[in-house]
Amino acid sequence: MTGFSTLFYKEILRFYKVAFQTILAPVVTALLYLLVFASTFKGRTGALPGVPYVAFLVPGLMMMSMIQNAFANSSSSLIQSKIAGNLIFILLSPLSTLEFFLAFVGAAVVRAMCVAVGVYVAAILFVSVPVHHPFFLVAFGLLGSAALGALGVIAGVWAERFDQLAGFQNFVVVPLSFLSGVFYSLRALPPVWRALSKVNPLLYMIDGFRYGFFGTSDVPPLVSLGVVAGFLVAVSLLALALVGRGYRLRN
Amino acid sequence: MTPPGVEAAITVEGLHKHFGKVHALRGIDLKVRRGEFFGLLGPNGAGKSTLINILAGLTRANAGRALICGHDVVGAYRQARRALGVVPQEIVFDPFFTVREVLAIQAGYFGLKGDDNKRWREELLTTLALADKGCANMRSLSGGMKRRVLIAQALVHRPQVVILDEPTAGVDVELRASLWAFVRRLHAEGHTIVLTTHYLEEAESLCDRIAIMKDGQITALDTKEALLRRALRKTLCVTTLDPVAVLPPALLAKVRRQTENHLEFSLQKGTDSIPEVLEALRASGHVVVDLTTEQADLEDVFLELTQRRQ
Repeated sequence: MTGFSTLFYKEILRFYKVAFQTILAPVVTALLYLLVFASTFKGRTGALPGVPYVAFLVPGLMMMSMIQNAFANSSSSLIQSKIAGNLIFILLSPLSTLEFFLAFVGAAVVRAMCVAVGVYVAAILFVSVPVHHPFFLVAFGLLGSAALGALGVIAGVWAERFDQLAGFQNFVVVPLSFLSGVFYSLRALPPVWRALSKVNPLLYMIDGFRYGFFGTSDVPPLVSLGVVAGFLVAVSLLALALVGRGYRLRN
Repeated sequence: MTPPGVEAAITVEGLHKHFGKVHALRGIDLKVRRGEFFGLLGPNGAGKSTLINILAGLTRANAGRALICGHDVVGAYRQARRALGVVPQEIVFDPFFTVREVLAIQAGYFGLKGDDNKRWREELLTTLALADKGCANMRSLSGGMKRRVLIAQALVHRPQVVILDEPTAGVDVELRASLWAFVRRLHAEGHTIVLTTHYLEEAESLCDRIAIMKDGQITALDTKEALLRRALRKTLCVTTLDPVAVLPPALLAKVRRQTENHLEFSLQKGTDSIPEVLEALRASGHVVVDLTTEQADLEDVFLELTQRRQ
């Protein structure tokens, strides 16, 4: 194995060893959201034309779970390693900045995909959610979770204490993921909130991902794909710059 | 000496490091020869760990450069890190993995795979008395075992240069002896060993050359024998026939310890003479029945060098 594949494998092994917490728990959480909303809004038509509300929820919950778990994977691994001191074993190795970054982001994507598949398999037991455009589904799933994995690298490098990371997660990632159209369509919002929502890059991830299922969306899918790809490039460049400089890693 | 044309194991030139207002390293110049057993001594805060961290790429210098086997630790970090194994001072471990997993992962970071490296990892486990703990989670190991795993991790890629940063701190006597036996073996096999320790008798018995650091500078760098010759004082122990109630005035400043008829004098090399001390005792009516002298050890030299400017 190369240095990159070893770190990638190690990061996957790390979350696999606690899969109860890292895979099963988020699947159950998403399923609980689905069951509560399904029973509350039973029979209600969806936010998208011709799509039942419960089915409308499924892609949003999948993407929200991917976003949160991709972020949690890279950020928690880094902060734990920093605070426990075992990050030294990676820093002493000949791994390059790019290998370091790709391994953490890659493992975050794998965990996000595992959670998404888990949520989907659990959801289709209750509601039919057909796939219309697999390409967009995979593209938004990969790019979205990679972007949040990269954001997790930034947060994990920046944070020096667990509460700083929790602050990043609870005051940035969770609000942005909840206010990104998981539970509603953009067109249902008042104009001001609609305009504000459009600066949230996570909205484009969920909207595009939903397009992959239903073939209809609030924003043209290629526009969303461009925004998500741009966001991924931006956070990746920032993460690479921080890791390359050794910011709060090699000091 | 490292032969001409062969790069030194470690080369440090004009190294400076600032932590905010603290000038932790003030222009360090150092060469460690290949195959040398080198001691890096100094009081806490002298800059030893900062220097090691820069060599390992864990900290970046503000000025100067450091090379491992001729490879710049920043510009050619891959080659430099392949040539270097570091046993850190703190006991750190990854609680998610077993001992064998930890070693396999560490080898993988260096791109090492296959049966050859697996055999080497198993040999390390056996040599470090960890073979029966290979499948144990790191959390379940004692402190001494975790320390041995750290050593195995540092050696998993067979580095030419091994830095041991206070490897015996808090380690029991038995483990310390086995650890030094292992390090001696590594040295005999051709590895360059750099050791920092607070146990000066360890440095004295193991190291060929020793650097003493203080306040971010190297205050002495020489062979062990030359350093010991630098000692400014020696000890004279005298036993008299009767207890000495009142010392002659000329000896008051020289006596270090006194218990009834046993006296211990600290003598300045070159100026104080043993016959003069004995004559002063005889003149005051005391009969000397026994005497011994003790040459300075590394601890005396260390204290003289590190306390001289305080």
